[in-house]
Amino acid sequence: MELNDLARGPGEWLRGSGPEADIVISSRIRLARNLAAFPFVSRASESDRARVEELLRTRVLQIQDASQLLYVDVERLAGVDRQFLVERHLISREHAESHGSRAVAIDGHETFSLMINEEDHLRIQVMHSGLDLDGAWEQVNRLDDLIEEKLTYAFHDELGYLTACPTNVGTGMRVSVMLHLPALVLTRQIEKVFRSLQKISLAVRGLFGEGSQAMGDFYQISNQITLGQSEQELVKQVADIVPVIIDYERQARDFLFRESHQNLNDRVSRDYGILRSAKKISSEETMRRLSSVRMGVNLGLIEGLDIPVLNELFIHTQPAHLQKLIGSELESEDRNVERALYLQRYLQSHTRGDESERN
Amino acid sequence: MKCQKCDKPSTFHITELTDGKPVELHLCEEHAREYLTQSSQEPTTASSMAAVLAQQMAQQMAVGQTAEELAELDQQICPCCGISFYDFRSQGRLGCPHDYSCFAPQLEPLILNVHGETKHVGKIPRHAADRSEAQTRLIQLRRQMEESVADENYERAGQLRDEIRRIEQSEEIQ
Ligand SMILES: [Zn+2]
Ligand SMILES: [Zn+2]
Repeated sequence: MELNDLARGPGEWLRGSGPEADIVISSRIRLARNLAAFPFVSRASESDRARVEELLRTRVLQIQDASQLLYVDVERLAGVDRQFLVERHLISREHAESHGSRAVAIDGHETFSLMINEEDHLRIQVMHSGLDLDGAWEQVNRLDDLIEEKLTYAFHDELGYLTACPTNVGTGMRVSVMLHLPALVLTRQIEKVFRSLQKISLAVRGLFGEGSQAMGDFYQISNQITLGQSEQELVKQVADIVPVIIDYERQARDFLFRESHQNLNDRVSRDYGILRSAKKISSEETMRRLSSVRMGVNLGLIEGLDIPVLNELFIHTQPAHLQKLIGSELESEDRNVERALYLQRYLQSHTRGDESERN
Repeated sequence: MKCQKCDKPSTFHITELTDGKPVELHLCEEHAREYLTQSSQEPTTASSMAAVLAQQMAQQMAVGQTAEELAELDQQICPCCGISFYDFRSQGRLGCPHDYSCFAPQLEPLILNVHGETKHVGKIPRHAADRSEAQTRLIQLRRQMEESVADENYERAGQLRDEIRRIEQSEEIQ
């Protein structure tokens, strides 16, 4: 497998299927693990790091068929390719930007990514489209078991799995769901939801794109505590709150649909119009308008356009993806021109009829 | 200390490593949040926020202890990886698994503060931790070997290398 094979598809996190996929974009679980016989990454010498990388690489290649695995040496990767992996949520920005021996192993369907020598020696991440935390837990737990068969993790009788930062100690587990909440943003209720989640020690944050702007009304909810609760309890904690937020978002959409139908219809139609006709458009503006159109499609205000097409555009129009799809490195200004062109062509070839005009 | 961006007291003390040089920032909660959301991006945000939290907790602990007590705790050094508790306090990252044992008195209130618990109840790896002594010894020996090489004390480095191999071979599982 090669990196370029990934670019055309949306990746697992934006595949747009699975339960509640109109609001729940993806479910993700990651486990932080360290090898007992080595210092943590921040204190590891280059030879320690290289040895850790080698041990983990060897083990990963034993458990996954090489034809179904992409093993990437992140240190040697070009900048645009690192950014590409960040955009696909396969590595963290920290992993892309740090120095020294480090890698990522990705399966063919992009359901898992194993970051080696990130903040911890190993970060096992599993991502499933839609709301599927149980499925994600099952897969991540199995991967963890397989890797551990031949390696000794740093583990403490009282404290559990030992991590470089004490905020991850215990299970080393972060459970998160990515939600698309445009109506809660539009009705200015999102802050209220955040505050109530913080009270039950769940963390909420926006997804950030190129700048500091929250991207496309995507929000991630995850557990903050990792010690003193079992993995199943942590999964349940996040899983229990998701239907509540889905319900809030649906209520807000209903409210908008009922109380300001014309305004809403005008807004999403204008956003759609701009995406189809702009000659220059930034990544941020694209995200914002795609988000609005996505809600419009889900509410039946825009016809002839499918959610998976929009999901693909969310990822294809990001800077590194755009450059890989076009096949050359571009400055920001040129990207804005190419992005507009890409949107026009893609929307033209992926819509049925022109029914949206008649609404 | 005041926040660097406004008149509120600074409760977050962030150490940024830019070009390998640590730069200290003192910010109020609001500006710390702003700073973190600007400087880092998802999913980094979570881990850097966590690191700041750890730092903040460690600093809060300092309250109620005399300067001498604090200095003494700060200077304590892990025999395995060589970091001091001060290094952890200023960077928010531990140096090796053994730190959880040798800095246990300092870390316990911090862990309790973050998690509200001090006992793991979840998954247990099948390879029990009975090898942990040999494992931490390896961390220490590898570091000593590198130091010997740096000091051009090749004889000592050679002895250490042999000892490392001996332990590695007796430990079938890394
Ligand atoms: Zn301030
Ligand atoms: Zn240590």
